Amino acid sequence: MKQEHIVIIGNGISGVTLARHIRKLSNQRITLISSESEHFFSRTALMYVYMGHMKWNHLKPYEDGFWKKNRIDIKQAYVSAVDHKNKELQLESGEAFSYDKLVIACGSKSNKFGWPGQDSDGVLGLYSKQDLESLEVHAPNKEVCKRAVIVGGGLIGIELAEMLATRNIPVTLLVRESHFWNNVLPDEEAKLIDRHIREHHIDLRLETNLEEISADKTGRVKAIKIKETGEVLECDFVGLTPGVSPNIDFLNSSDIELNRGVLVNRNLETSVEDIYAIGDCAEQRQPIGNRPSIEAVWYTGRMMGETLAQTLCGNLREYKPGHWFNSAKFFDIEYQTYGWVFNQPKEGQTDFYWQHTDGKKCIHIQYEIESRIFKGINTFGIRLRHEVFDRWLTEKATVDEVIKNLKSANFDPEFFKSYEKEIQNKFQHTLKTI
Amino acid sequence: MSEYVNMSVTGNSPEALNVQQKLSSALGLLGVSIMVLSGFNIQFQPKIVWVSLSLIMVFAGIFWYSKVSYGYMTEGIKNDRVYFKSLTNRGFWAYILGLVLTGFYIVLYFYPSWIGLSSDGENTGVVALFDPLSKAISGNAASQWFVYGTLYTLAIVGFGVKFLWKYRHNRYQRLRTFSVMFFQLGFAFLIPELMSRLNGDDFSLPYYNFVNIWPLNYYNFEQYRVDQYINAGNVGIGLLIFGVLSILIITPILTYKYGKRWYCSWVCGCGGLAETAGDSFRHLSDKSQSSWKLERWLVHTVVVFVVIMTTAVVYSYLNTDKYWLSGTAFLISVASLLTMVFTWTMLYKREELQNDAKYGAIGFFVVILSLLGLHFSELIDKVFLFEAETLRSTYGFVIGAIFSGVVGVGFYPIFGNRVWCRFGCPMAAILGFQQRLFSKFRITTNGGQCISCGNCTTYCEMGIDVRAYAQKGENIVRSSCVGCGICASVCPRGVLKLENDTPVGRINSKEILLGNDVDLMDLVNHNK
Repeated sequence: MKQEHIVIIGNGISGVTLARHIRKLSNQRITLISSESEHFFSRTALMYVYMGHMKWNHLKPYEDGFWKKNRIDIKQAYVSAVDHKNKELQLESGEAFSYDKLVIACGSKSNKFGWPGQDSDGVLGLYSKQDLESLEVHAPNKEVCKRAVIVGGGLIGIELAEMLATRNIPVTLLVRESHFWNNVLPDEEAKLIDRHIREHHIDLRLETNLEEISADKTGRVKAIKIKETGEVLECDFVGLTPGVSPNIDFLNSSDIELNRGVLVNRNLETSVEDIYAIGDCAEQRQPIGNRPSIEAVWYTGRMMGETLAQTLCGNLREYKPGHWFNSAKFFDIEYQTYGWVFNQPKEGQTDFYWQHTDGKKCIHIQYEIESRIFKGINTFGIRLRHEVFDRWLTEKATVDEVIKNLKSANFDPEFFKSYEKEIQNKFQHTLKTI
Repeated sequence: MSEYVNMSVTGNSPEALNVQQKLSSALGLLGVSIMVLSGFNIQFQPKIVWVSLSLIMVFAGIFWYSKVSYGYMTEGIKNDRVYFKSLTNRGFWAYILGLVLTGFYIVLYFYPSWIGLSSDGENTGVVALFDPLSKAISGNAASQWFVYGTLYTLAIVGFGVKFLWKYRHNRYQRLRTFSVMFFQLGFAFLIPELMSRLNGDDFSLPYYNFVNIWPLNYYNFEQYRVDQYINAGNVGIGLLIFGVLSILIITPILTYKYGKRWYCSWVCGCGGLAETAGDSFRHLSDKSQSSWKLERWLVHTVVVFVVIMTTAVVYSYLNTDKYWLSGTAFLISVASLLTMVFTWTMLYKREELQNDAKYGAIGFFVVILSLLGLHFSELIDKVFLFEAETLRSTYGFVIGAIFSGVVGVGFYPIFGNRVWCRFGCPMAAILGFQQRLFSKFRITTNGGQCISCGNCTTYCEMGIDVRAYAQKGENIVRSSCVGCGICASVCPRGVLKLENDTPVGRINSKEILLGNDVDLMDLVNHNK
């Protein structure tokens, strides 16, 4: 195979995984383009730098010499347009940069829903390295930032609340839903997290929407107004965290077919030959199973990179993510999920819920009523083994088997108190009362 | 990873201490200042009251500080602001503390008379302050080692309490900390001191700490100690046999079952200090590939050194024909044992060692050649050009005093808390060799849940790049891992678990992680 130049826009987890795997499989020339940072870093750990758990350099999973050693070229540039006819990228610097194969892995940007004042100084999301730097300017401590307001009750919103709290900045968290993240979580878990957020002295406002953001004469944010009550809250910082969407404005001028993201088929090919898209910015034409068509999740980015590397090295592979799983941490409480647990059981399904008396640990299982097939589990404060649940989901194990063998899936550290007995007793009790 | 840039800290001043933290620190420092002042021969009378007061104040200060620092927080990982504090981010106070500790060790090892040790006549200064305490426990006047032992134990117990508070949500961490506190207080401090009460004119045991095993305790088989063991009858012989069995039988069995953690982070005194007093500095270890390389060279060189040194020393006194074992027989047994281990490793574990096999072979041959040199050199107490005594005193000075003490502990605030354990400890190297090749212990990675955040790597005191394995879904099986379990504790996604399980499949190399298409996983993981 003749040596081709594979150019990857974006050096996040998707692009970097792709580059690494292409290098393992072939001798192709690889260039990673990014304007965000010179080297790959873990976006997931931005919060820990602000909290003082880590330094910036700890975020980089590979030493700086790794790229040269593996012959992965790094180019710090901003791509302003794609010219697929000439197989060229237009860079903001005016330079044209040619490719043989192009992979778009440019990730997301924070959502803004057209709120008045949303572009004021001191209003930001938490996604990029630049967001972190900006946060250090606007909310370095409680003297500069007397109050922070966060809009959006999702995973990034709660992380931002945790971050600001470590600098003793008073935080108000506006959540549209009736309980934290209960567009995803069932009420029981959502309420458990509500309590935990308040335990950390966060001013949590449920069923509360943002009306507008107001700024002072210099353009700096000074207050927000709440839609439902008309209450005005003075603040020096507003975190906008109502999710993310593909960062693809630079492709509007191209012929690549776009929707919310870059449309791709199962082989991660776009509508234009030799151009591919992976990670947060890719949108599946047909959603895969229950998965959303755009998945802004760390591991799916990685999986798409692994898959596409095979294709680009002459080994055509379809992107086939296995069973759904995910994890997060809400202040001190860890959360993992395997299979699908919806905020309401789907038709023909029911659920089983167990909560520890301390109100900080629980599991929530959903299963089919007729066949008793296990569909998914949420676990809070108890670690579970991915491998075991992946197997149970593949084998279509029944809920009874899962509950009976729950111990084999426990992943808590040694000597931790285990709750399987308690869970099994409650499950037996529930069966009898039905 | 180089760590000289801190992007995030844009002039945000270090978090100030609150009132209670200030008061508790003052209380502890007041306790320390009693000792310092007595060093200037300020006479505190009665001494027993003042020494007790001093120790109690230090302990109470640490206890109170821990309570106000962690007691009021919710249970969980609390590493907030670690990199903003001068003391824990190699700032001004870190260097001051480093200087103080280094200075203390230099005085302790080389100028004990400065703190009042007197070989003929009454002690003065700090040592004298500790005399009544020493007399109460062992019946003898204090030495600089008694002062050191007391302060060392105080540090482990006091900062152990702090650790317990900090990790109170984690039972593994709690049990482990109780264990090091227990072994330090009982086995390393009280029991040896009390044992010396038994000593009389016709019965004298060497100072014996059961958990300080050769080669960490490099002087255990020196002539004066062996003579003491033999002269002390059955008890002494028992201790001598226990000392030999410890390294040849007991530690291999325990390491096979539990990994080297049973020793390094549950029992050992050096590990105990690192895990308790050193906990605030664990993130300062160097994670770069180059320091890993340095670690392998250094620590194994120390092993080779200690084996040659001990063999030469033992050989030189056995050759005097005073003992039932002859020097030559001893040499042959050592050589056979090493050859057995070497052959077994090369036959069965060569694959796992890869390049390191070559270096292992070099080390082995250096030792064997030295043994031959020992045997054939005309002068019985020389290994080639070096006298056994020179080797012994060099080891004692360079490794025993400078490396393990002055650098090992003195540099806690600069290079982290496990510098000695990682780069210098021959015991850790031997246990680590076994942990890597012949043990059930591993850190299991939980499928595809890793998000590469790097908390595990940052807080690994041994400088292991844990994330490099976890993000590939690989289990972590590294000889240097002391099994402290902090990586698993700080992981925000529940990815890591310390386990003892069957040796089969312990080291798994995966390229594609769980959660992906099964065909792709097969393709990539098997077509390598």
